[in-house]
Amino acid sequence: MGETYSYYPGCTSHSTAVEYIEASLAVIDALGIGLNELPDWCCCGAASAHNLSTSLALGLSAFNLAEAHKVGVDLVIPCAGCYGNLAQADYVMRHDEKERQRFEKELDFKYDGQVKMLSLVDLLAREELRPAIRERVKKPLTGLKVVCYYGCAIVRPAAITGVDDSENPQRIDKMMADLGAEVIDWSCKVDCCGADLGLTDAEKTTKLVNKIVDYAVAAGADCLVTSCALCEANIDIRQQRLPILFFTEMMAEAFQIGNRQRWWKKHFNNPANLF
Amino acid sequence: MADNFLQQVMEESGQPVNLCYQCRKCSAGCPMVDEFDFPPNMVMRMIQLGQRDELLKSRAIWMCVSCETCGSRCPNEIRIAPIMDSLRAQCINEGVTPADPVTVALHSSFINSIKTFGRIHEATMLMAYKWKSKNFTSDIDVGLKLFLKGKIPLMPKKSKNMAKIKEIFKEAGK
Repeated sequence: MGETYSYYPGCTSHSTAVEYIEASLAVIDALGIGLNELPDWCCCGAASAHNLSTSLALGLSAFNLAEAHKVGVDLVIPCAGCYGNLAQADYVMRHDEKERQRFEKELDFKYDGQVKMLSLVDLLAREELRPAIRERVKKPLTGLKVVCYYGCAIVRPAAITGVDDSENPQRIDKMMADLGAEVIDWSCKVDCCGADLGLTDAEKTTKLVNKIVDYAVAAGADCLVTSCALCEANIDIRQQRLPILFFTEMMAEAFQIGNRQRWWKKHFNNPANLF
Repeated sequence: MADNFLQQVMEESGQPVNLCYQCRKCSAGCPMVDEFDFPPNMVMRMIQLGQRDELLKSRAIWMCVSCETCGSRCPNEIRIAPIMDSLRAQCINEGVTPADPVTVALHSSFINSIKTFGRIHEATMLMAYKWKSKNFTSDIDVGLKLFLKGKIPLMPKKSKNMAKIKEIFKEAGK
């Protein structure tokens, strides 16, 4: 394809979502898309910074926006939470001239609005990429029943994420169908898994996760597919009924690339039997 | 007094709280509403009426996980998540005892990790959180399993420009 993007790994890239990043990098490479990690980056603040200080949250995300602007090409952000924070900061820069000028001065960069914030779904589920993805499939995921779980951060607020439909998004569904899977319509696509509550209250998180998994099971799914590292962790850790996979792991399986057996073992509910 | 509080929340959150006309769509779709002492629609009304002290002491502000479901369905396009951010910050800045200290312990341990490394180092962050929340036993099995799966690295990774990151914290008063 010859496209090259900047890449923001985020903290979970070397910890809880290591299999997501390995699978994503393998898939992106197989599609001939170039990625260069930002020369420097810091944590986006996750849920914690904005819970305690909006100004801190904005500052941390602006640090990363500044780094991306210094490189000057669109930024790919695989973690849904990081994407949400950076896209929010980008929205503020675009609409609040006072804040923009403050950060331009503090972080020594010029915001020109030319560097777009892209989630991994924005990058890989583009209409024009669909033929290349279909062509790359070596082993179609025929017979596998999947429900696509989008969660919150790549969906809401629509004015910031630019999602196709904030109540019933379709982009991961279309991609799974392109890989040959049987995509099932269901009710919990954009429900919340409990997010950071997963770290403070196991009981309440389990309640939310169980509702999502109940609906997935009732719909007849063999697994859930997501693009969010925190959703994956909460749903994988808090129940033993269904495996949950990252959408790029599904792509890697269909492409038959990467160290998949190693990734499957990273999950609490090992998905190896699905394939 | 009521007006001052309403103005402050509207300014900090950038949200038109005054437009809320109590359709209750926010509360109907809130995944956390069972845990709230005041449902989201009531939080909006309390801000309009200036019930500041009750809100800063409430559980609702700490149980909101910012999923943005309410904001995305609001007919007046009021996002409640940034409003909750404003209320939480006021609670901390005014020295009010938070109704859910465990959540505050997590968030402060988390931002301290960023202040130290520029990024999250899960192992030390989780230890600090356990210490602050005095909750040593919950999810020990989950932590151990994550560690054995290679998901809690021992060595931290640092950002390069730590001086700038410290400046960002100083600017935010943290």
